[in-house]
Amino acid sequence: METLLQQLLNGLVVGSVYALVALGYTMVYGILGLINFAHGEVLMVGALTALTVISTLMGIAPDTPPLLLLGVGLLAAMVVCMIVAFLMERLAYRKLRNAPRLAPLITAIGVSFLLQTLAMIVWGRNYHTFPQLISTTPMQPIEGVFINPIQITTIVASAVIMVGLVLLVTRTKLGRAMRATAENHRVASLMGVDVNKIIALTFVLGAALAAVAGVLFASNYGIAHYAMGFMPGLKAFTAAVLGGIGNLGGAMLGGIVLGLVEAVGAGYIEHLTFGFLNSSYQDIFAFVILGIVLIFRPTGLLGERVSDRA
Amino acid sequence: MIKLLEARNIGKRFGGLTALSEVSLTIAKGEVYGLIGPNGAGKTTFFNVLTGAYIPDEGEFVFNGIELPVGKPHLVVEAGIARTFQNIRLFGQMTALENVMAGHHIRTKASVWGILTQNKHTREEERLTTERAYELLKYVGIERFADTVCKNLSYGDQRRLEIARALATEPQLLALDEPAAGMNATETTQLKALIEQIRHDGVTVLLIEHDVKLVMGLCDRLTVLDFGKKIAEDVPSVVQKNEAVINAYLGGGKHA
Amino acid sequence: MDQLAEAIPYLGKRNPKAARWLVIIIALVAPIIAMMFGRTWVRILDFALLYMMLALGLNLVVGFAGLLDLGYIAFYAVGAYTWAFLASPHFGVHFPFWAVLPLGAGFAALAGIILGFPVLRLRGDYLAIVTLGFGEIVRIFMNNLNYPVNITNGPQGINALDSMNLFGWDLAKSLTIGDFQIHSLYFYYYFFLACVVGSIIFIQRLQISRVGRAWAAMRDDELAAKAIGINTRNLKLLAFSLGATFGGVAGGLFGSFQGFVSPESFSLMESIAVLTMVVFGGMGNIAGAVIGALILTALPEILRNIAVPVQETLFGHVILDPEVLRMLLLSLAMILMMLLRPGGLIPAHARYSRPELVGKGVRT
Repeated sequence: METLLQQLLNGLVVGSVYALVALGYTMVYGILGLINFAHGEVLMVGALTALTVISTLMGIAPDTPPLLLLGVGLLAAMVVCMIVAFLMERLAYRKLRNAPRLAPLITAIGVSFLLQTLAMIVWGRNYHTFPQLISTTPMQPIEGVFINPIQITTIVASAVIMVGLVLLVTRTKLGRAMRATAENHRVASLMGVDVNKIIALTFVLGAALAAVAGVLFASNYGIAHYAMGFMPGLKAFTAAVLGGIGNLGGAMLGGIVLGLVEAVGAGYIEHLTFGFLNSSYQDIFAFVILGIVLIFRPTGLLGERVSDRA
Repeated sequence: MIKLLEARNIGKRFGGLTALSEVSLTIAKGEVYGLIGPNGAGKTTFFNVLTGAYIPDEGEFVFNGIELPVGKPHLVVEAGIARTFQNIRLFGQMTALENVMAGHHIRTKASVWGILTQNKHTREEERLTTERAYELLKYVGIERFADTVCKNLSYGDQRRLEIARALATEPQLLALDEPAAGMNATETTQLKALIEQIRHDGVTVLLIEHDVKLVMGLCDRLTVLDFGKKIAEDVPSVVQKNEAVINAYLGGGKHA
Repeated sequence: MDQLAEAIPYLGKRNPKAARWLVIIIALVAPIIAMMFGRTWVRILDFALLYMMLALGLNLVVGFAGLLDLGYIAFYAVGAYTWAFLASPHFGVHFPFWAVLPLGAGFAALAGIILGFPVLRLRGDYLAIVTLGFGEIVRIFMNNLNYPVNITNGPQGINALDSMNLFGWDLAKSLTIGDFQIHSLYFYYYFFLACVVGSIIFIQRLQISRVGRAWAAMRDDELAAKAIGINTRNLKLLAFSLGATFGGVAGGLFGSFQGFVSPESFSLMESIAVLTMVVFGGMGNIAGAVIGALILTALPEILRNIAVPVQETLFGHVILDPEVLRMLLLSLAMILMMLLRPGGLIPAHARYSRPELVGKGVRT
């Protein structure tokens, strides 16, 4: 029982990060019908930027309080990621908005690998230790179940951000413009919405979320690395599809569900397969879920929109 | 009259919207049969259900005395029903000739092994397909564009090419979805002649059309749909005087 | 072959016959010239030929049938591991070449069908992601199936694969006639070349056939293709399995040529690399796949040989190592091609018919 609780808790932590990244996928997909394959790399850029800023600051002013360090690092990460996403949209995707369906996706794959390569050049191939500015000392709220402050921070921060995003999209004028653009670009522009600006903003907003996710992810694992964005990116995409792509609530739900399935699955896979498969197969869950969802319920758990835009 | 196609109580819903309800009609061999109605009356839905693109919620089609398979477009074509599209759908990267040759696919049999070894049967089949494609291009009057990539053809010629491609499947029933849409008067007249020729050569034609004049001049009999229901079926001169039809077209304030 | 000849600037259009001979001569003498620069270059050419087979196979799936497959390298892996299982000391079995290669191709085709069945209903971009997942799953299994029963030997891979033995003639052994020695790399080159030429002929025949036309129709407009009676499901499966077959054959050749296999050779990056070759050369175009594979295999190696010494003289140490350069090159090639020249280096003027069969003019 304690094991299950522990696995659920771990799943919730990872799932929150997936959910944050999935939101970026889903927003861009909703508005452009594009799978922004490079979105996972934005998470990586965020984590590594924060790492550089934090270690530099620690070098200059060793007495800075850890929370301030983290705050500054996070802010820098968000800014850099937003710039990266802005450039990505402006230079690569905008020209391809009306291109044949495979062109934007192939470009996105190219962008993803380009970002990885650039990161490899800037930060090298090595794994970097990410400073754990929030305590990782485990607490034991229930006998046998451990949770540490950074995990709590991850869950709380993700929840706050998601609520904020939902409010932004449903309650503000900007949100309305976004939804209008997602419905129909031409009509939205006739209603006076600057479609280009809204699309750029969507990318930038998604990137900011990915930056936060990146910093949280790296803080949890204490590691950052040029290829760290790929798997979480792919899994977040799975989460977005699982929840129903184009649907904000779906992305959050999908992220959490995927995190839970993965954590619980990894804990029990050895048992279930009579020792044949072990937890190194953890990454398979996401792909299998993705395949099953796409084949049997392509609209996802919450999605009702039949997107037929490709 | 020899029955070619019989639609029995066809019904189709999309969510809460009823697109077709209890539509029955019978098309005889050798006639030109019209299907008209205001926008959104369900004409194209009827086509899509007939050709297997959609699965009907109720009813069935009987073609040549055999029930048509449901939701399997390629089997419908094999049975002998070919269609064109309201918004022309050609294979953009192929030439006119190749478009028509592709249309012959279902009547050819060469296997991958045959293609790899280029055996006699495969070569002979390929030659016949090419020959037949030229004949069909000539038949619809665009042989001179055989080697033109189809997206460079004029609108009217694209329409003709699509008809040639449909004929390449060797249909008994040719279903045309608004073939005159977007055509000028001359092109429409030529199209009318072509359709009459096709009928003369033994292919039954099912025609969806907005152009009332074309329908009246061309069709032997026709059915009028409104809101997914059949409101009249008769020869053109009678349908023209039918009150329900006049109301559907003019009365409801909906445009024809 | 003709498409390759046609693609040669100037000559190709004016004197197709001469262009054709030029292609043949270049293909035949290439390794001899390469040897003048060192053995490595012949080896690189051998690899380029393997990549050509992969690019040709993937082009069949992506370019002809319009299905974006991001897990293509998995079939290459199936072919290579088949060789490793059946012709190496790992399990102690040593089946002959002519039995293993077709088996590898067959397993790869089977894997193509197994993958194909569930995913073929998916739309373009979803299909891409699911195939990517498939490729990753295959790699994860290769990496971990050394426990509890050692099947793949995990990340270390399998060593000492048998070399190719063509009816008693071992391709891996150099031949000495008097003082004159013919290096084994030549044998591999000409054998691989023969395989590539065979693939090209097969694929060209497919392209100009009812199957090629049906693929092109499906790619251009799936709905219209269904409306003329094309059974799109079967044709997609055919494309997947035929494409996989090429991957499987190339994988088998790779395994025996290299002498060892490990999961590292079958990463996602390799799938992307092959895709880039197809995109760079020109999707749907046989010549494009060949040229794309040649350039994108050779260029990183040339860069490796130029950029590393240059960097060392300029900065005293290497800033961009060859692997980084390769990734940079591939990703930029992919993005820039899509933005600037979506048709690829040699945009497809693909032919799907032979009007000359019935005495009509040849298309210009």
